Amino acid sequence: MRREVPLLITGIVGVVFVLQYFIPHWPFSQVNTWFSDWFSIVGAFAIWLGALNLLKISALKVIGKKSDWGYAIVIIISFIIMVAIGFAEGKEFREQGTMFSWLYEYVYSPLSATMFALLAFFVASASYRAFRARNLDATLLLMAGFLIMLGRVPVGDSISFFLPENYQFSQVASWIMTWPQTAGQRAIMIGIALGLVSTSLRIILGIERAHLGGGD
Amino acid sequence: MSTRAKELLVVGIVLLFCIIAYLGKVYGWVDTVVFSPMVSMIVVGIIILGLVFVLIRTLQGRLINRQVVFLFVGIAVIMPFFMSITQKIRTSPEVQQLYDAVAELPKGSKVLVSFDYDPPSAPELQPMAEAFLYYCLSNDLKVIIMGLWPQGAQQANLALEAIMKNEKLAAKGLEYGKDYVNLGYQAGNEFVIQRMGADFSSMFRTDYSGRHYEELELVKNVKNFSNIDYSFNLSAGYPGTQEWVQVAVDRYGLKMGCGNTAVQAPMMYTYLNAGQLVGLLGGMNGAAEFEQLVKYPGKGTKFMLSQSFAHMIVIAFIIIGNVAFFRSGRGKKL
Repeated sequence: MRREVPLLITGIVGVVFVLQYFIPHWPFSQVNTWFSDWFSIVGAFAIWLGALNLLKISALKVIGKKSDWGYAIVIIISFIIMVAIGFAEGKEFREQGTMFSWLYEYVYSPLSATMFALLAFFVASASYRAFRARNLDATLLLMAGFLIMLGRVPVGDSISFFLPENYQFSQVASWIMTWPQTAGQRAIMIGIALGLVSTSLRIILGIERAHLGGGD
Repeated sequence: MSTRAKELLVVGIVLLFCIIAYLGKVYGWVDTVVFSPMVSMIVVGIIILGLVFVLIRTLQGRLINRQVVFLFVGIAVIMPFFMSITQKIRTSPEVQQLYDAVAELPKGSKVLVSFDYDPPSAPELQPMAEAFLYYCLSNDLKVIIMGLWPQGAQQANLALEAIMKNEKLAAKGLEYGKDYVNLGYQAGNEFVIQRMGADFSSMFRTDYSGRHYEELELVKNVKNFSNIDYSFNLSAGYPGTQEWVQVAVDRYGLKMGCGNTAVQAPMMYTYLNAGQLVGLLGGMNGAAEFEQLVKYPGKGTKFMLSQSFAHMIVIAFIIIGNVAFFRSGRGKKL
């Protein structure tokens, strides 16, 4: 039953969603509404599940004194502080001027943005050490990267001011993005879509069962 | 000095910078420190000299430490904040398309803005959000805000707070619930979009602050996408623009433009060229271009100089690396 019930639910929901896309009328429209509502409800509970799971994993890390357990303490304390302040401030906890919004704006936001910004440093370091014109393919990639990086910032046009307007770096970058890049993206997206369709069919028909866990 | 001591030292320095930056923001020091054009050029000259030094060292067969590369990037990003160098920002066709689409909307048109991002992507997307909301509200368009990401609605409030300080908007006396509304976050990813295609109120029974949907004058007559004149999606991943195109645009015929992070934007050109998207703002550059068009110079414009410098530094390091690569013999590992 632990395998049959999830397989049955997956199959029914999958077939209904496919049918309602092509026949958006009763009864498929109504069933689609129910399933969509259920998805939202399950999604809302999944947020709680994720948060509690994070706490559990962090707590186990601290108790077992596993590697980097100090960071797990930071996670637990930060989590408790945000939740406690959020609950203490009631329904208006997200309004401007509350402690929660201050923490969001001046602690959470800058820290999150900092993590993302680290990418720039690693990209520069990796470019210096690994981005080489070893062969024709790599050279083409390198040239395209060069032109896009120059064309996507105003300094690119300042450097190429002596060229006719249509050949300045911003225009060349636009051309690359609009045509060769789009062609490549379309090929990738069509490939992914075909893969998704076949995988989805396998899941709906119960052939693919890896998402249920276990070996078979 | 031990590794632990070095780590603590770095954390201490970063903490000190954070405190200075915070106090600077609160007391307004940051905006008062501006280098003269001469000093700005001297700083640029020092950076170039530094790069020449790196080139010489690399040609001698000695790769510099990654910490030095980090230092260059750090300087290239931070120093332009204080420089007084102006750049001409040219508008790209996709940004112009988005501007035109919004400009031709009659007054009172309803614009749906979905905030599908969180703070890590805010440096790129928040300037777009502010400029777009400013343009809509200053042109008497009615704005309906929502989010498919938990922090999206909060980011929207930050954007609203920032633009309401503008004198032009403040003079308009805009009213919440009548001129703009924030419906908040709803879990469910693309299923939320799908349900909105039938009935908005089924997904948003209350707004961000708990007021019932039917009590909000702006949306009480908004049943589904057919009542929306234009939609703008700010996206940093899943769920985002791709899901909006697949469900709201393809299925319900919603007219939509988008603002994406620079990493995600290339994928959107396929939809843009196919006419499924009407306008695209890609990365901070897109934000800066849109700010110029709507005459709301914000963080996008301000930070473009930093981005220009950072790009130039990365290009310089690629060139230096390749010069050394070819000098040392093709295929030989440096």
